[in-house]
Amino acid sequence: MMASSYNAKEEDGHHSGTSSHGAAGAVKSKKPDNTAFKQQRLPAWQPILTAGTVLPAFFVIGLIFIPIGIGLFVSSNNIKEFQIDYTGVDISSPCYSCAKNFSWNSTTPCVCSVPFTLNQSFESNVFMYYGLSNFYQNHRRYVKSRDDSQLNGDRSALTNPSKECEPYRTSDGLPIAPCGAIANSLFNDTLELYHIDSNGTSNPIPLAKKGIAWWTDKHVKFRNPGGNNNLSVAFHGTNKPVNWRNPVYELDPSDPENNGFINEDFIVWMRTAALAHLPQALSHHPEEAQHDPHPTQWQILVDHHLQLPCAQL
Amino acid sequence: MSSSSADKPSVIKARAGLFWLQKTETVQDEEVDGEYGLVINGHSLAFALEKDLQLELLRTASAHIGVGISGQEGMQAVLSSDFSFAQFRYLQRLLLVHGRWSYLRMCKFLQYFFYKNFTFTFVHFWYAFFCGFSAQTVYDEWFITLYNLMYTALPVLGLSIFDQDVNDRWSFQYPQLYTPGQLNQYFSKKAFVRCMMKSCYSSLILFFIPWAAMHDTVRDDGKDIADYQSFALLAQTCLLIVMSIQLSLDTHYWTAVNQFFVWGSLAGYFAITFTMYSNGMFLIFTSAFPFIGTARNSLNQPNVWLTIFLTSLLCILPVVAFRFILIQLRPTINDKVRHKMRKEALPAPTKPVRVKRISTRRSGYAFSHSQGYGDLVTSRKFLLKIPVRTRPALFTETDSPLAQNQPQHYRTITEEPEGSQSP
Repeated sequence: MMASSYNAKEEDGHHSGTSSHGAAGAVKSKKPDNTAFKQQRLPAWQPILTAGTVLPAFFVIGLIFIPIGIGLFVSSNNIKEFQIDYTGVDISSPCYSCAKNFSWNSTTPCVCSVPFTLNQSFESNVFMYYGLSNFYQNHRRYVKSRDDSQLNGDRSALTNPSKECEPYRTSDGLPIAPCGAIANSLFNDTLELYHIDSNGTSNPIPLAKKGIAWWTDKHVKFRNPGGNNNLSVAFHGTNKPVNWRNPVYELDPSDPENNGFINEDFIVWMRTAALAHLPQALSHHPEEAQHDPHPTQWQILVDHHLQLPCAQL
Repeated sequence: MSSSSADKPSVIKARAGLFWLQKTETVQDEEVDGEYGLVINGHSLAFALEKDLQLELLRTASAHIGVGISGQEGMQAVLSSDFSFAQFRYLQRLLLVHGRWSYLRMCKFLQYFFYKNFTFTFVHFWYAFFCGFSAQTVYDEWFITLYNLMYTALPVLGLSIFDQDVNDRWSFQYPQLYTPGQLNQYFSKKAFVRCMMKSCYSSLILFFIPWAAMHDTVRDDGKDIADYQSFALLAQTCLLIVMSIQLSLDTHYWTAVNQFFVWGSLAGYFAITFTMYSNGMFLIFTSAFPFIGTARNSLNQPNVWLTIFLTSLLCILPVVAFRFILIQLRPTINDKVRHKMRKEALPAPTKPVRVKRISTRRSGYAFSHSQGYGDLVTSRKFLLKIPVRTRPALFTETDSPLAQNQPQHYRTITEEPEGSQSP
């Protein structure tokens, strides 16, 4: 309970000056000012819920939302999507042997091909994604396990990565670049798309591997230390992540704009997913994927590299 | 009157006419359902405080607040009371206007505060099922820091300082508006549980609608939008907008300050978010601001704004509908007066009534929240027993109306300039 005293020594209407003429320096009145702010009379809008406001508002909201909903539903149904599961759990699946026998540090590749049939034509800008289910990229310890300064090309962070990256911070006495569990578990299966025409020949389809990461990621957040050239020199004194086959400056040796930390596949992987099922962009094909409306045969060649050792994660 | 402790609060239920009082039963305080407060006038109190009655009154008095009158007898009452003023008629304003507003503001503030924090926390609870129970936060850490500190602090402060349901004149006109405070209607255990239920529902909407929207989505140029940072931004924007709208629904008295606080906080949120997610801040403090680019890349998707819109409406519409239905089917005295206030003009201030009356014919009994002066009243001690003229002079100053045994003129405080009033 507050003890706030509102002390008005004079009666209402009397000022101290009139009742004590003789007092030198009359006592100031402690009465609060009669302003709108202090007397809580500020001009205000006082809305209330009447039938005249609420019911029309409900109807208007309904009228706005129904067309939006219909539009979204129709456009969403027009998106054509085709999912191929190449996990290889089933013995009849083409990738069964690769899934069973392959180990992550094996040097010979294991290639399996998955044929599929498209029954409808996919108009232009076909995007290809890879997805992992039940992969919790949003686990707190996993999300923390990165060093953004190192990925931004900071030299001191390159040689002395952040403590958050433990236990993927150093290997064989050298600092790991890029450090952390997120980088360590980089997805490195390669997928190639082939179109099988009526003669039975497989024609490879060119897929653009660039333009899949955010512009701000590629140009601001991820920078190679010391520029994009001579990456092997720049990364001297660091080690590759434990579960990687090649060091980071060999991610795409053919294109210096896509090598090192600014490799787009790497950037896309480092943007951790919010939920447990993550579709990540792999590539996109800017032209029309199929002119022929009849069902056509396609084939995906999967080069298995990714083998996540569950015990270490 | 000053507060002291009592053992067993009970109230005397009685029926009274102008000159008689008949006690019907004594009940516990909590069971009483009626209005039982009246303002004591100066003569009654002066009489009651004569020495043989003084001890009895002080022992039985057990109020929640104590009010002291500062005046000619000195300042003891002021020093030992919670509120004090100079004239009895101010008690009316203290109770019916300021006390009532204070209760209303406090309850609204509490309810809103619990609501916003429970919602915020429950969202993390739902996310736990989707992040492997690893205690990963849904929102950006900076948002969590600034949520209670900045984004929702000023609006609720504005609500607590300025909110009024009805005007002060209307409060005088309808003293029944005071009843909800006596009945503890605005914030009780039931109200708290209702608030929790509302939070639970809001949190389900605030998590699962963004979840469903981001579940299998990409940007319109094929790039990623279902990443953790974009999801965090979406969820936190939805939360803040819903909280702001909820506060707007709670605010019944929108002064310019309230408007500024609410819109300013929202604008501040967007400004701060864009600043924190900008290139500049990232390059200066790299590890502190890892969300670079998120605002620019996700908030330009119509998908995201539609999700925000949908979430807000789904959270707010049931509240609006429920309140509206309650107003129509079971209007409280508050609703009725507020509706009346819109239609009619302000009631005129009550004119001073100059009635020459012998003071002893007036009967009054004091206001107390628990066992008060019921016994005194029923004992009829205060009625015409001691002739007025033999009372000792209570006041030394002889030029005030009290000493001349003239009744006080009751005047409502008006907004007229002071010069026109005279005792």
